[in-house]
Amino acid sequence: MTSPTSEKAGGFASLAAGDRVAAQLYTDPEIFDWEMEKIFYSTWVWVAHESEIPEAGSFKMSHIGLQPVIVNRDRKGNFNVLLNRCRHRGASVCEVPKGKANGFTCPYHSWSYSLEGNLRGIPYPDGYEGVTEKRDLPLQRLRVESYNGLIFASFKPDIEPLEEFLGDAKIWIDRFMKQGAGFPVKVQGEHKFRFNGNWKIQLENTTDGYHFPIVHRSWMASVDAETADMLSFMTDENAVTHALGNGHSVAVMVPEHVDLEEDDGTEELQERFRHIIDELSKTMPPEQVRRIIRSMHGAGYNLNLFPNLSLSMSFFRVLRPISVNETEIQHMALGLDGGPESVNRERLRIHEHFQGPFGFGTSDDSEAWDRVQRGAVANPDMPILVNRGLGREVTVDEGWKTSHVTDETGMRESYAMWKRMMSDEN
Amino acid sequence: MKTETVEEVAAIDNRPALQPFDLGLGRLSDPLVGRAIELIWREAQLLDDKDYEAWQTLYTEDGKYVIPVDPDTEDFESSLNMVYDDARMRHMRVTRLVQGYSMSAVAAARTSRTISRFTVEGITEDTVTLRSAQVLVGFKRDRFQMLGADLTHRIRFTGDDARIELKLIRLVNSDSAVNASGFLL
Repeated sequence: MTSPTSEKAGGFASLAAGDRVAAQLYTDPEIFDWEMEKIFYSTWVWVAHESEIPEAGSFKMSHIGLQPVIVNRDRKGNFNVLLNRCRHRGASVCEVPKGKANGFTCPYHSWSYSLEGNLRGIPYPDGYEGVTEKRDLPLQRLRVESYNGLIFASFKPDIEPLEEFLGDAKIWIDRFMKQGAGFPVKVQGEHKFRFNGNWKIQLENTTDGYHFPIVHRSWMASVDAETADMLSFMTDENAVTHALGNGHSVAVMVPEHVDLEEDDGTEELQERFRHIIDELSKTMPPEQVRRIIRSMHGAGYNLNLFPNLSLSMSFFRVLRPISVNETEIQHMALGLDGGPESVNRERLRIHEHFQGPFGFGTSDDSEAWDRVQRGAVANPDMPILVNRGLGREVTVDEGWKTSHVTDETGMRESYAMWKRMMSDEN
Repeated sequence: MKTETVEEVAAIDNRPALQPFDLGLGRLSDPLVGRAIELIWREAQLLDDKDYEAWQTLYTEDGKYVIPVDPDTEDFESSLNMVYDDARMRHMRVTRLVQGYSMSAVAAARTSRTISRFTVEGITEDTVTLRSAQVLVGFKRDRFQMLGADLTHRIRFTGDDARIELKLIRLVNSDSAVNASGFLL
């Protein structure tokens, strides 16, 4: 049996080849610890959508890897990402998941911090005279940048600009946000659950078109024929996965909904939305109604952003590693900020149907991922295969490696980035 | 969740207001309440037995089965819920759970649930609203799972028939991580 530690002597690089990875990537706690350092604490990690912190003082709790952070919007409109840890004796300064505040006060000795993280007050300060200066002890601030509403943070002060890191994924982020159909996209609510498996199992799943008709057969059987037909991509040659670089990839499942602004008028609106079409038609021009209804299921693809966010059709999937064999997932339902109430409600019902711990899709995904973790401990010398479609992979004009959506091009892209980051000497 | 004042409870009841020191005790012996509790316990047994087809017949045609995320909301229509089922969704849910295509339903945990701490929230001529506490223990592949919840049932009586018009399940961890499961609460 190969011990993970002996493998690592040759560097992590030896654990990931182009078309396969070692099963220890799911099971070795030491690899997990290194992943926190070399991936989660070394790159841009998504922490919030701007609609979650809409006003000055709005904040939410989030995580980067294992570390708790606070994301807020200050009075100047800037986003701040602060470590949720008092500089005095380490207590968390915020345990309210989401809200509005003027600042954060540690409950232990009442050290208080501004929205920017500056230490504003220390009770009974005479004990610190000549010992410490408030200006030296702000909450630790992280690098923050946002792109099209998506807020990312990094522990690395000298990291490349976010837009460089996102690269060609930006095109797909921009297209994704078009599902607002003229309204800004907003987070309407979220499901949260954990599964007993490694975070990369879920990372892989986002561009895994291959599992869909098998794992989600019961969901497919429950939806109307038009929705089932919309997601019948198994033999659709226009349904492809592109590797976008830097670990990012996109799996196109509904090619006609890649760019929701493009509409040749041939697509019939789904009959299941008839009551909303009728309602909106009373006050809106037909083109606008059509634009909103065509966007109801979201964009026609899952965009996987390495390492922790996916823009998945009509929701955000956020993954948070808890330990080598436990991962927390959030599925954030998206709606139209200021858009018709009936549309937002319908989008909530669509989300509930598939997502969440009692959803018709998530329960089965979660079961499949548990099974991967349970099985992967058997003979760690047997690799995990991500070679599907290698023989038919091509490079398209944009420079993206591309193959069918049921192929494993997206996973190969993720693992190439994993390998690059884990081998990085820094 | 909003707690009614004694006057408001009395208004629902259509009975004389209770004195402030009176907790409304004694109403558990009301015959309608006894029948409601019997139905709730029958429902619990059917769910533990995973007899979902029998379970769905316990609901009225317009009955709602709700597991909200937001611990405080009463507006389930405009909120994201874990479950917000009308008869159509409930029927699809049962079909999915019994037809054998869902790998999580096929491999669902064995469960045993206890419902107690009944309090009477309201009685009318033909409905009883009860709150209760539920503790569910599940077991699957060497792991125990525990789920605590506050339940509200509104039971509608039509002659000898009693059906569930509303079941509201407020999990104690509803706004935190709730793990996926192939069974129902």
